[in-house]
Amino acid sequence: MSWDWQFYCNDTATGEAVAGCFGPGGKEQTYLQWMLNAWGWTLYVSVLALLLALVVGSLVGIARTAPNKWLARFGEAWTELFRNIPLLVQVFLWYHVLPAFIPVLKTVPSSVLVVLALGFFTSARIGEQVKAGIRTLPTGQRYAGLAMGMTLPQTYRFVLLPMAFRIVIPPLTSESMNIVKNSAVAFAVSIPELAQFAQQASEETSHFEEIFIPVTLLYFVSAFAVNRVAKFVEARVRIPGQSGGK
Amino acid sequence: MKKVLLVAALLAGISAAHAEDTLKKIKDSGTITMGVRESSGLSYTIGDGKYVGYHIDICERVVADLRKQLGGKIDIKYQPVTSANRIPLTVNGTVDLECGSTTNNVARQKDVAFAVTTYVEEVRIAVKANSGISSINQLNGKTVATTTGTTSVQTLRKHERATGVDFKEVFGKDHADSFLLLDSGRADAFVMDGSILAKNIATSKNPADFKIVGEVLSVEPIAIMIRKDDAGFKTAVDNSIKAMMKSGELAKIYDKWFMQPIPPTHTKIGLPLSAATKDAWANPNDKPMEDYAKK
Repeated sequence: MSWDWQFYCNDTATGEAVAGCFGPGGKEQTYLQWMLNAWGWTLYVSVLALLLALVVGSLVGIARTAPNKWLARFGEAWTELFRNIPLLVQVFLWYHVLPAFIPVLKTVPSSVLVVLALGFFTSARIGEQVKAGIRTLPTGQRYAGLAMGMTLPQTYRFVLLPMAFRIVIPPLTSESMNIVKNSAVAFAVSIPELAQFAQQASEETSHFEEIFIPVTLLYFVSAFAVNRVAKFVEARVRIPGQSGGK
Repeated sequence: MKKVLLVAALLAGISAAHAEDTLKKIKDSGTITMGVRESSGLSYTIGDGKYVGYHIDICERVVADLRKQLGGKIDIKYQPVTSANRIPLTVNGTVDLECGSTTNNVARQKDVAFAVTTYVEEVRIAVKANSGISSINQLNGKTVATTTGTTSVQTLRKHERATGVDFKEVFGKDHADSFLLLDSGRADAFVMDGSILAKNIATSKNPADFKIVGEVLSVEPIAIMIRKDDAGFKTAVDNSIKAMMKSGELAKIYDKWFMQPIPPTHTKIGLPLSAATKDAWANPNDKPMEDYAKK
């Protein structure tokens, strides 16, 4: 088979080659610009969803280990709700179903809804891992903290969480990489991200291989970058003598 | 060494499968795989793994003719395809006869071949009946829905550039999804093939709420798609369709799907035969869309 990469410098409307491979921008763009824009959307959705998932997931994980029965039950319910519904279905629920009941959501941009869907879905998984991290610690640590006169929040803040988070960095890393890959569902609700670009541009140009290979690489690079950042963090916060430390 | 041989044999097998002619494949296996769509104007599902529509009827008659030509029985396998995967699935041999609603254009002809055009589609705009929109120029600042993986996306982009109208595009993942965008108010208009718009409107909850308006944005020949460089199979399919055009059978099939009540809701699409389609039947051809634009 023969490769043809020329079309990346073509205008997306006229199909004519653009000198320098970059159009004036906005709607006058080349396929290359379109792909970079799409990558930007993938990163935007992934990063925001990851931040949301980390914050909410940590809170849910903490709630599940709290001595308060209702707090623990809430955490439990949250986790089971969001991890037992397929991600794609959740995205559609946010986009098509919830706005029917909560009219305000109709005015919310679809990118925000996707971030919520992806973030909450992943928060259930992160919550599960944070809970596991806290449970791994001997119960004696919690009692020791309380016996020292710390309040429960202080015990969490200064005794339990610093240890628990270090333990769960590896599973959190793969969860963070998953979010980059899962962001491809955003195309289902009209976010012009990489998966959408791949489908539409390959249809327009019929250069399936030339489109899907770079798109695959961009996904790989994005997920791998997350992996490297997490490994860096893991190495920086390591405590010698503790689990995971050297 | 054994592994190398195995890999070589596999590669040889793969390339052989590509070169194999479809008629022989159908005769040997006793089956033909038909590419069908879940929700498209000419090919859609009514549940229970049943697929119906104008193009499905034509394809089933083509298969009946193939049975006569090849002798013996040919089972039909229905393989659902989407606008995005229909070409790869046809090229890699999963689908023998793609009976969705695929536009014949120059770009696609590099990868696949088309039977003679069976329907000429006009790309139109569907809006809410009470929206007051009647032309593409009124879409300035509005949100326009179309479906990912269709030629309408590019048509829309070209029109936007040519007319200077600036609108926001949203992309449904399939036609039902795009129509939902219009229905739920997330989009002000849905730009797509007229038959797809008519079908989605006819099967919606309140067909009177929607209407098809405005100029014809693009004219597209729709045809049954087959693998490239398979003259024997193309001739067999073409001859079968040409015979239907001549005998008036095609006109009957058209009437059945576009003018009569159709399943699943027994509503009428009510899209009379256009002059362009009539012309394509009178002079059977497999000219790509670009040739229509020249006229």
